[in-house]
Amino acid sequence: MSLISTQNLTLVLDGQTVLENVNIAIEKGEIVTIVGPNGSGKSSLLRALIGALKPASGSVTRADGLRIGYVPQKLQIDATLPLTVQGFLNLPHRHPRAVVNDALHKAGVGDLAKRQMADLSGGQFQRVLLARALLNAPDILILDEATQGLDQPGAAAFYRQIEEVRREMGCAVLMVSHDLHVVMAASDRVLCLNGHVCCEGTPEIVADAPEYRALFGTGTQGALALYRHEHTHSHDHTHDHSNCDGAH
Amino acid sequence: MLDDFVLRAALAGVGVALAAAPLGCFVVWRRMAYFGDATSHAALLGVALALSLDLPIFGGVLVVALAMALIVAGLNGRNVSTDALLGVLAHGALAIGLVAVSLLPNQRVDLSAYLFGEILAVTKGDLAVIWGGAAVSIALLVWRWQALLSATLNPDLATASGLNPKREQLILTLALALTVAVALKVVGALLIAAMLIIPAAAARPFSRTPETMAIMAAIIGMIATLGGLAASFAFDTPTGPSMVSVAALLFALSAGLAPVFRR
Repeated sequence: MSLISTQNLTLVLDGQTVLENVNIAIEKGEIVTIVGPNGSGKSSLLRALIGALKPASGSVTRADGLRIGYVPQKLQIDATLPLTVQGFLNLPHRHPRAVVNDALHKAGVGDLAKRQMADLSGGQFQRVLLARALLNAPDILILDEATQGLDQPGAAAFYRQIEEVRREMGCAVLMVSHDLHVVMAASDRVLCLNGHVCCEGTPEIVADAPEYRALFGTGTQGALALYRHEHTHSHDHTHDHSNCDGAH
Repeated sequence: MLDDFVLRAALAGVGVALAAAPLGCFVVWRRMAYFGDATSHAALLGVALALSLDLPIFGGVLVVALAMALIVAGLNGRNVSTDALLGVLAHGALAIGLVAVSLLPNQRVDLSAYLFGEILAVTKGDLAVIWGGAAVSIALLVWRWQALLSATLNPDLATASGLNPKREQLILTLALALTVAVALKVVGALLIAAMLIIPAAAARPFSRTPETMAIMAAIIGMIATLGGLAASFAFDTPTGPSMVSVAALLFALSAGLAPVFRR
């Protein structure tokens, strides 16, 4: 049985349909990345998976007792709120100190427990968010553009950390990412989203799919080429920026 | 021993300061200053309602403050720019409340008592209501403390942890209405928000955890209350405003000391 799946999931936000008839399933231990243009419903899909958005129709099915570790897209802590890293990790449920320290270690920030959240750098902050998501030994990590605001080396280091976490803990990873080269390098499966699932499969299959090319073009600023070289290079440069498969 | 009106005033002030401290922290953290304004200004409408229906003031204020807090909380949840709207609600409630009180037939209401409080006229019954309401408000916040903090940080993160951010917001709303209702007699509708925000803001530089900030806010609030009471005797000034003035002075002092405490 899948860890988490959706059945004909349709989401409506402020009267706008953001997702229609989405059927996805995440299996144990796999890394799945969701790509798609802005406003394609990526974050909404993740929010529906964690239960923060109610489906307009269709449903979300979670495996019995599924433990989810969620890393939100952004988290702004008001400067007026004093909070140590340790205190942050103990919200809303308190954990033994050893568990907190272990999670911080796994996320690569073992020495930050006593620091104020407001004093952390962008990269440290994201790792603390990751540590928080690791606290309950999740079956699946759900990350929403977790490297937003990080520079490229920072983002790369963060993704390496995630891979390490998966190796160590065996959890599945579902993430939204704009870093296409990372997606292609590190994912078992890619979901291309644009109001609906326009294509999915291994990175190679998705990169070759016309729907994907319509969305991201063929060059993708050279990032794809890093991993896919000339044999996938198309000389058809009609950059059709209409929706994925023309269904909308 | 409660026969001394100064002692009753001091106890009433301390009760309000204790209830306002943790709540004020949330008002500051969640940037709900206008929320506090709108709710406390609505208290005046509650007074008008209570007087016209011959209800206890506390009851009328509690009902209207709760209604206003629910309206504002409902607006907050939506994806509209609420700043101006909150301003309209806060000031509109005040003005309409003033008009409503003045329209009451055959009542010569002492408006300033409701606007600025009359802490020196607190009765034993008032004291029971103030401490009872304060105790309930504090108990609510202590009970939901961890959940409220989580929802304040990020609603989605709270949801992922199995909490319902809407419910936590409701708890906060309830505590706010309750605190406004008990604080009316002490500092008046105009200055309740000040007693929420100023001690909490003054406590910030000395705090490294949310809990210490709430406790520091309570201490600063009590100093402001008792200091203001003493000052109002010494200089023959109105008591509620004197208390808020002392709180503002403490805030200035704290802001001046802030660089020393920053690591």
